[in-house]
Amino acid sequence: MPVKRERTPMPVQDGERRVGNFGEVALGYLDGDVRAEAVRCLQCKTPYCEEGCPVGVPIKEFIKHLQQDDVRGAIGAIKRTNSLPAVCGRVCPQEDQCEKVCIMGKRFQPVAIGRLERFAADWERAQGFPQAAAPPPNGKKVAVVGGGPAGLTAAGQLAGKGYAVTVFEALHEPGGVLSYGIPEFRLPKTIVRWEIQQLKNLGVEIRTNVVVGKSPTLDELKAGYDAVFLGTGAGLPVFMGIPGENLIGVYSANEFLTRINLMGAASFPEVDTPVRIGTRVAVVGAGNTAMDAVRTARRVGAKEAHIVYRRSEAEMTARAEEYEHAKEEGVRFMFLTNPVRFLGDDTGRLRAVECQRMALGEPDHSGRRRPVPIAGSEFELPVDSVIMALGTSPNPLLLKGTKGLSATVRGGIRTDETGATSLPGIWAGGDAVSGAATVILAMGAGKKAAAAIDRLLSGEES
Amino acid sequence: MTKLFLVSAPVVAEKAEPGQFVMLRLRAQGERIPLTIADFDREAGTVTILVQEIGLTSRLLGALEEGDEILDLVGPLGLPAELPTAGHVVCVGGGFGVAPILPKAKLLHRRGVAVTSIIGARTADLVIFDRELEAVSNRLLVATNDGSRGRRGIVTDCLRDLLEAGEQIDEVVAIGPMVMMRAVAEATRPYGIKTLVSMNPIMVDGTGMCGACRMTVGGEVKFACVDGPIFDGHQVDFEEAIRRSQAYRAEEELATKHEEAKQCR
Repeated sequence: MPVKRERTPMPVQDGERRVGNFGEVALGYLDGDVRAEAVRCLQCKTPYCEEGCPVGVPIKEFIKHLQQDDVRGAIGAIKRTNSLPAVCGRVCPQEDQCEKVCIMGKRFQPVAIGRLERFAADWERAQGFPQAAAPPPNGKKVAVVGGGPAGLTAAGQLAGKGYAVTVFEALHEPGGVLSYGIPEFRLPKTIVRWEIQQLKNLGVEIRTNVVVGKSPTLDELKAGYDAVFLGTGAGLPVFMGIPGENLIGVYSANEFLTRINLMGAASFPEVDTPVRIGTRVAVVGAGNTAMDAVRTARRVGAKEAHIVYRRSEAEMTARAEEYEHAKEEGVRFMFLTNPVRFLGDDTGRLRAVECQRMALGEPDHSGRRRPVPIAGSEFELPVDSVIMALGTSPNPLLLKGTKGLSATVRGGIRTDETGATSLPGIWAGGDAVSGAATVILAMGAGKKAAAAIDRLLSGEES
Repeated sequence: MTKLFLVSAPVVAEKAEPGQFVMLRLRAQGERIPLTIADFDREAGTVTILVQEIGLTSRLLGALEEGDEILDLVGPLGLPAELPTAGHVVCVGGGFGVAPILPKAKLLHRRGVAVTSIIGARTADLVIFDRELEAVSNRLLVATNDGSRGRRGIVTDCLRDLLEAGEQIDEVVAIGPMVMMRAVAEATRPYGIKTLVSMNPIMVDGTGMCGACRMTVGGEVKFACVDGPIFDGHQVDFEEAIRRSQAYRAEEELATKHEEAKQCR
């Protein structure tokens, strides 16, 4: 049988229709799509794809199961190493990881590994299997601080080995960025809740509304557990520090997305939290969060939605798929454009943003060409609101409140390669260490730290 | 109307200090709002929270009865107030600020600081916490709008009297509506007397994540939730803070009307 060169497309909701709803955009493979795509996998002797995965999913094995129509076997294989497959199948940047090194991709298109993973996870959820029960307890207790991707992964891995795990979450709902950041149309919240329920079935206890570092302190928490994992994330929004940034109508992406995703503001006044962005919105930045924000803005009433980005299309950090989806949804892209100040009316509300055109100069420390302003190119863009999606920095709350916990130069928690911090018995991972990155890298860090915690507590290491 | 609730919240009470706040949510579709911790009792595991019934959530909270439960409550958040350990401090509580000024006066009094407390109300019958404050103050001054008790006028008038009389004041702590705190800060500015104010902006998460509560203090952007909520009143850009606190006024009214309509049905 000849090799199928092109990957099997995934059905999506039509671009114009979907801006009128929060339903999922990518609809997932149907049975026939899965078979067609799974057989594209060559079952390489050396599966490079697996080296490209931060949590080491046995990709070759799970696709083999799918080739044999054994979805149950496939999800079983995935779940050995990945606690959140329905999430990863949707939000991982596969094109930079497993699919990037897929041999099929050298000559044709890579196997759609992420879509297959998603199918297997969705199939399992649809079956509503009696889920894995908690293993026999091993008598040891681990506290996980932060209920985001890093913390949930560490919790799942440790609970699977019989540790009594308690997750402490500051907000009223666990999930971290999966709950407050990534919009419904990219990651339905029912899936996040379902994945969290799986962890609870494994015996993980989740305590919401607890800010570790305030009450209790980290030292107090440590006293009650054999080990602690810190996955407190990179929650602090970065602003530009330009005039007018505190006008009403200038939001951080975190605020805008939290209002909508966590608090449900799109349904105001049926829910109590409002959000007001008007009909003309500019989002500053061009990463995945910027795409989430601008596409969300389109869904809550923005007729005109712009991305304002100081570099060019080539330097964008958003996934190609998110960029495509944003364009299909009518988002306008203003590349090589940078805000210089925000202009308000006499009541302190934003009315316009003054921008400047940029040109690309010499490469900077990131290897990308540095944008330089073009003199005299200023212009006004009339807007009702601006959403700043320039990234986030690690939450300093714990570092401030804990003696002896060392920080990196960039404000993250300092760790060694296993995730061990400067304090004995305390590990850390995810954005709290690295600064803002991806869900899957945070999960990888949570997994690695969980393994190190297990090695130490099970006495393999002393 | 302003109401006080005694809430059983041992985790919060254990670490609470004067100046800090909690975030709470009352129902599944509810919003998160910040509320000042007016007082706390570590032994009893309780905190006293202060509710000014302005928006929908504060009204829903105000309608709760003894024994009712609060869905979500987290804290203590924000930094504790850094209060002086000697000298003469004037504690000014305006409107809803009378309750949270009390634990500060208590703490100062315990430290041996000379305390003058100034509180105000519309009329004599509405003066609250006067006895409690009197017990921990060297002097209590009261202002009423109608002059039925103490000085006719507002709390700032009492403070101005002291300043104009040339009284030695080392520090002023003011809690209340932003316009009142601004007036206090303006009164003390010419005298160069350090003035602490407790800001109460709009917040969403209350832990530094969203930046809704950002304000300009001394020319720098600060987040009230993690850098405050107590700031040097002479450094705060009150005009901006007042405007930002009203950003969702129209929606607040709409939400309240919507709720009333729902309850009539």
